[in-house]
Amino acid sequence: MKTKIRIASGQGFWGDLLEAPYWQVTKGPIDYLVMDYLAEVTMSILQKQKKKDPNLGYARDVPELMKRILPICLEKDIKIVTNGGGVNPYSCAIEVKRVADSLGLRNFKIGVVLGDDILHRIDEFLQMGIDLRNMETGESISNIKSNLLSANVYFGSQPIVEALQQGAQIVITGRTTDTGITLAPMIYEFGWSYDDYNLMAAGTVAGHVLECGAQSTGGNFLGEWESVENMAEIGFPIAEVYPNGDIIITKHENLGGLVSIETVAEQLVYEIGNPEEYITPECIADFTSIQLEEVEKHRVRIFNVKGKPPTEFYKVSCSYFDGYSAVGTLTYSWPKALSKARKADEIIRRRLEMLGLQFDEIRTEFVGYNSCFGKLAKEIDEDLINEVVFRIAVRGKDYNSVERFGREIAPLVLTGPPGVTGFAGGRPRASEVVAYWPSLIPKSLVQPQIQIVEV
Amino acid sequence: MKIRLIEFAHGRSGDKGDSANIGIIAYDDIGYEILRKYLTKEIVKEYFSGICLGDVDRYELPNIRALNFVLHNALGGGGTVSLKHDAQGKTLASALLRMEIEISEEDYKKLKLTKKITV
Repeated sequence: MKTKIRIASGQGFWGDLLEAPYWQVTKGPIDYLVMDYLAEVTMSILQKQKKKDPNLGYARDVPELMKRILPICLEKDIKIVTNGGGVNPYSCAIEVKRVADSLGLRNFKIGVVLGDDILHRIDEFLQMGIDLRNMETGESISNIKSNLLSANVYFGSQPIVEALQQGAQIVITGRTTDTGITLAPMIYEFGWSYDDYNLMAAGTVAGHVLECGAQSTGGNFLGEWESVENMAEIGFPIAEVYPNGDIIITKHENLGGLVSIETVAEQLVYEIGNPEEYITPECIADFTSIQLEEVEKHRVRIFNVKGKPPTEFYKVSCSYFDGYSAVGTLTYSWPKALSKARKADEIIRRRLEMLGLQFDEIRTEFVGYNSCFGKLAKEIDEDLINEVVFRIAVRGKDYNSVERFGREIAPLVLTGPPGVTGFAGGRPRASEVVAYWPSLIPKSLVQPQIQIVEV
Repeated sequence: MKIRLIEFAHGRSGDKGDSANIGIIAYDDIGYEILRKYLTKEIVKEYFSGICLGDVDRYELPNIRALNFVLHNALGGGGTVSLKHDAQGKTLASALLRMEIEISEEDYKKLKLTKKITV
């Protein structure tokens, strides 16, 4: 058994810094590269792509990245775990195999985790009385069934561990918990028991610290952010894990960023609810038990993490079509920039009303004044405002109303207040609103499957 | 005595559906005691009135000197539906850190002694 493993985060979301995984595998030693690509909306986008072409539906960044890092990872024996398979992990694996073939790389295995996609099984569940009701509103899924775009179970680390046990060098999954991709290598390498809830919780906490990439190494750091060095080459987090569940959060020495108690603590509180009950498929981790210690510069130890047995449920994430929206912006300059923007708002709202258009919501914000803080924005002397971006957005079920709204922005330039610019981008387009539907499903109803692609 | 939270704390905010969470973290133990004492659920709910339309939950994490607030119905329908420029509540932590709280002179003195950063 290894005495420690180094798990490196390569991506915190689809769209993250493309150089990060390359730096992780080249700038210092690591054993695993883990990459999270999936956010709540991502699955619906991928589902749409798969509908158009059954060979698509995964993060196309993955095979592209493999061209660059696969030779290095094979040479250094770095294993890769990613949920970039989206709604089509098998096709993603085939594409990675194609990349390997073209580079003359062979004799390794790609593990594919399948079974999280339950879109085709909704009726079956409803007939069983499982109505996948919305965790926030309590509504049954039958209310939105005809508009469903995607439905995926969040699997945990277990299927990834099995794929690693079958010899996979790369594991590509669909919807997996962000924390599971980091926990899995620990279970596999150290033979941790799934019944040891403290170890499960320790690995889960490490996963939480890694899952948003550089957010734990000085990125988006609200503390002393000006003290973060070399953000241009920010080092993504690395979890150095020991068999007893001790974790050191660090980064490659020769990269920028900051690992401190403050940067780690900020990530710990990110997107959590009740800190005593951080629920994953493996355990319920107690974030109030976590102890942090700065052992050296850029090295923070996480220890004493406590966990409890998990629930009987997997989380399910569904998305559904929920109408249309559009956003228009115009920029007003001094003098009286804010007054002009407010006048423009009054005029366009009157016009939308006269046209009899139907919306569920119209929202106005003034970027540069109140778009972040809303009612909490402080009044300022208008003479000090150089410019304001008037931002108006609409949402509704009626496509024609939303589309027509898009044609009412540019006319304000010649038929409204003066000193206005920033309309050259064309008419705002009506885009589909994809809403999110969180629910739970009994674990016994869904089984992950592992498929091995030999290269 | 009045003091702004950002003078002795930092934090981060994010989204879960239509709820936003804001973690506020003190730089030291005294700061955490002051957060715990003065930054009540009621004060936070009042501060975000008109922005947070639902309840506010408040949790304590003494181990990392943090309070976690969950603001229900605070994001205009949630990440993908919301028309807000900040649909994910990314800037709500900054909004809360801008809050000024009224604290006793005794607490103020203690805080000044250990305060880590100023703005």
